[in-house]
Amino acid sequence: MRRVFPPACSILPTLRRFLAGLSFDNYAALGSDRLYLAAYLKSLEVAAFSTLMLLALGYPFAYAMARAPRRLQAMLVMLVVLPFWTSFLIRVYAWINILQRDGLFNQMLLALGIVEEPVGWLSTNTAVYIGIVYSYFPFMVLPLYAALEKIEVSLHEAAADLGAPPWKAFWRITVPLSRPGIVAGSLLCFIPIVGEFVIPDLLGGSATLMIGQTLWTEFFANRDWPIASAVAVVLLCLLIVPILIYQHRQAREIEQGG
Amino acid sequence: MRKGLSSFNLVSAALGLAFLYLPIAILVIYSFNASRLVTVWGGWSLAWYRELLADGAMLESAWVSVRVALVSATAATILGTLAAVALARGGRFRGRLLFTGLLYAPLVMPEVITGLALLLLFVAIGLDRGFWTITIAHTSVTLCFVAVVVESRLLTFDRSLEEAAMDLGAPPLRSFLLVILPLIWPAIAAGFLLAFTLSLDDLVIASFTTGPGATTLPIRIYSEVRLGVKPEINAICTLMIVLVALGVIAAAVLNRGRASRRAEAVDLTAKL
Amino acid sequence: MVERAQPIKPRLGPKRDFAPWADPAASPLVRFERVAKRFGAISAVGRLSLDIFAGEFFALLGPSGCGKTTLLRLLAGFETPDEGRILLEGADLAGMPPYRRPTNMMFQSYALFPHLSVERNIAFGLEQERMPKPQIAARVEEMLALVKLEGFARRKPDRLSGGERQRVALARALAKRPKALLLDEPMAALDKKLRAETQFELIELQAKLGTTFVIVTHDQEEAMILADRMAVMERGRIVQVGTPAEIYEQPSSRYVADFVGDVNLLEGRLTATGASESLVHGNGGVQLRIAQPVDAAPGALVWVALRPEKVRIGLERPTEARENALAGTVVDVGYLGNLSVYKVRLDDGALMTATLSNRTRLVERTIGWNDRVWLSWPPEAAIVLTR
Repeated sequence: MRRVFPPACSILPTLRRFLAGLSFDNYAALGSDRLYLAAYLKSLEVAAFSTLMLLALGYPFAYAMARAPRRLQAMLVMLVVLPFWTSFLIRVYAWINILQRDGLFNQMLLALGIVEEPVGWLSTNTAVYIGIVYSYFPFMVLPLYAALEKIEVSLHEAAADLGAPPWKAFWRITVPLSRPGIVAGSLLCFIPIVGEFVIPDLLGGSATLMIGQTLWTEFFANRDWPIASAVAVVLLCLLIVPILIYQHRQAREIEQGG
Repeated sequence: MRKGLSSFNLVSAALGLAFLYLPIAILVIYSFNASRLVTVWGGWSLAWYRELLADGAMLESAWVSVRVALVSATAATILGTLAAVALARGGRFRGRLLFTGLLYAPLVMPEVITGLALLLLFVAIGLDRGFWTITIAHTSVTLCFVAVVVESRLLTFDRSLEEAAMDLGAPPLRSFLLVILPLIWPAIAAGFLLAFTLSLDDLVIASFTTGPGATTLPIRIYSEVRLGVKPEINAICTLMIVLVALGVIAAAVLNRGRASRRAEAVDLTAKL
Repeated sequence: MVERAQPIKPRLGPKRDFAPWADPAASPLVRFERVAKRFGAISAVGRLSLDIFAGEFFALLGPSGCGKTTLLRLLAGFETPDEGRILLEGADLAGMPPYRRPTNMMFQSYALFPHLSVERNIAFGLEQERMPKPQIAARVEEMLALVKLEGFARRKPDRLSGGERQRVALARALAKRPKALLLDEPMAALDKKLRAETQFELIELQAKLGTTFVIVTHDQEEAMILADRMAVMERGRIVQVGTPAEIYEQPSSRYVADFVGDVNLLEGRLTATGASESLVHGNGGVQLRIAQPVDAAPGALVWVALRPEKVRIGLERPTEARENALAGTVVDVGYLGNLSVYKVRLDDGALMTATLSNRTRLVERTIGWNDRVWLSWPPEAAIVLTR
């Protein structure tokens, strides 16, 4: 038998030397500083809440799209896709325009008499949520639409025929059948939001320190690559389960013929 | 799905679209504002576009971005198409499911992780950071998008088309060129467009993998935006929006008349 | 590359005395020699041998998953046999890729190239041979005329009806003048009426061209209408090969009898068998006489197979017979227009079917639900199956 690899006796010392050079100090540092833990928790919290908000806002919209006449549907899809093609950064920036102290939003509120004086919207949780929901809206709507659009008319007719009022047909037929879309859309939003950097950095303040910003700061401001890498690895570990679920679903869908 | 819109459906569709488009519309309108104050309307003007043309650094960054996007999108389109063909047509080779999974992971991976990982790779193999590292990074990320778009197109038609071509005397390569390529062409074009815009837009991965002399447009815009809103930024953003919108609409028009256009658009985006 | 078949020569007259399989000196066009194909742990085709002769219209018949399509794909070259050889005019096809084989396939989905017009679809195979352009144009025109699609040359496939697509697929596969045309469930996508028309057009076409047609179908009626000979397949094996009449009248097993047409099966023990006759003691205690010798020892478990249209049904006990007559009660009557179908529960509990053709306009049914009836048949009507 030919040997492709050097014999084990020469590999082992190399490996041992390599292992000796490794250390878990960076991970210990992550554990000992509350700042990291808080950032991880904040990220998960923001991702979870904004995914729920996206679902609540996206579902009626996707449902309306799926019920629209065929010709209109094509245009609606196009309209949802178009912002998705324009830069993320630009779309976040557009909100800075609107949310700043003397921006349009405050002007509108003042004009309507809802507030007495301008509110500082920027650097708040609210701004971050607005930015996230805005930016990820197409990612939630399109999978939902794809699932809703596949539901056959006859199913609703059958449900009505069997005595289910519309709301019940919606709850018992439409919602369960759109579950693949709900899961896909939620994963497609939740996973990247956890690691989001641009939105909290530009719209959020110190109250919304997310893990993506922490990593960015460690890397660019503190030049601490090892800590930044440790932050990334822990983040990856947090997200590995949802990522695997997502992968598995997509691979299965592809196997079933797209 | 049942057809016909209730008033509730109409309201949610209208509100959803307003939510999507108003901020962009405001940004575009204010790019023509004569006033230096971003929030006060001072009448129509092209002043900020003139100022933009005089901003050498901004233009230089735009040029870097376009070059990175062109090179990386071309490479990603070729590699992604090959991967898609291998996945959709290679049969059940060993590790196929793993390969599919590997192709899908970058689609949802937070960009900070991808960016840092790519940077560490470049450092480990001793590559000087700059134009080429950004290009390679963008290629590796966007090729997954191309592969997904092309694969879903490949899976919409019958495998027996290739068999028919072979049965009629065309060897494998020729049947690919004569039958498969013309059919997946729209998907390849869409994949290229997608890769191009993703590369043009990317801030995070480019920030990690950039080096001296390779400041892309998003990096430049980001550093300006951090200092506050400037009308000049509104102008460049408007230009980018118009450019991308034209590209997407052109692609849609090119594809018009195909029966599966809407299905394609859904496929294309639902997978992303 | 194997030579293509000669230019199409119209065959004179109907295929009356066409029976090359009966001629021991004839050599087959296609020969499968102990061919086996497995997909993973599943055996799709198991050591199967079969001869198909030039000019035959041959049908491979069986339920889905019996391996008939695999057999066709092995011949076309899309699958490689794990064992055995496939010979075409005596030459082993092993290692010859599909694009070099002188066979052409008509796919179940038709597989028309959606981006090419009808004429470009038909020309595709000829272009691969690098046939000169004027010749291609002539051949395409000939093919369009053959399938009656003149005037459709420039249409794209998505602007054709199902029947038109089917004919384009046929023309495309025939354009190269293959030695054998392979048809994979060619009518599966057509509605019943169109299917019947197309079947007769195919027969006519095949008789006119003289090309060997090998068709795969799960529809026994279709196989019987089209084929000169057919092979009935079950789980990767051929259980019987023969002309439609042979298969229908002399099925080799209960499986074949049941798959091809409707059949009544009466279980019993063989009591005696002679040169021209056998006796079976039926489970209900009745004596069954069959005008046929049986290759089994007396006492063996056998089945008497009887086609429903060969059963007489009457209210009176047949006069002559203590044999081949069974009493029962009508449990169901089906009126099919041309036929009436009677389901009769025999006194021993078994169910039998008899059909009567409605020769006169039905005013009043003479036999109805719950009537006591006698079923009887002559000894020549039934056969004995040992498997």
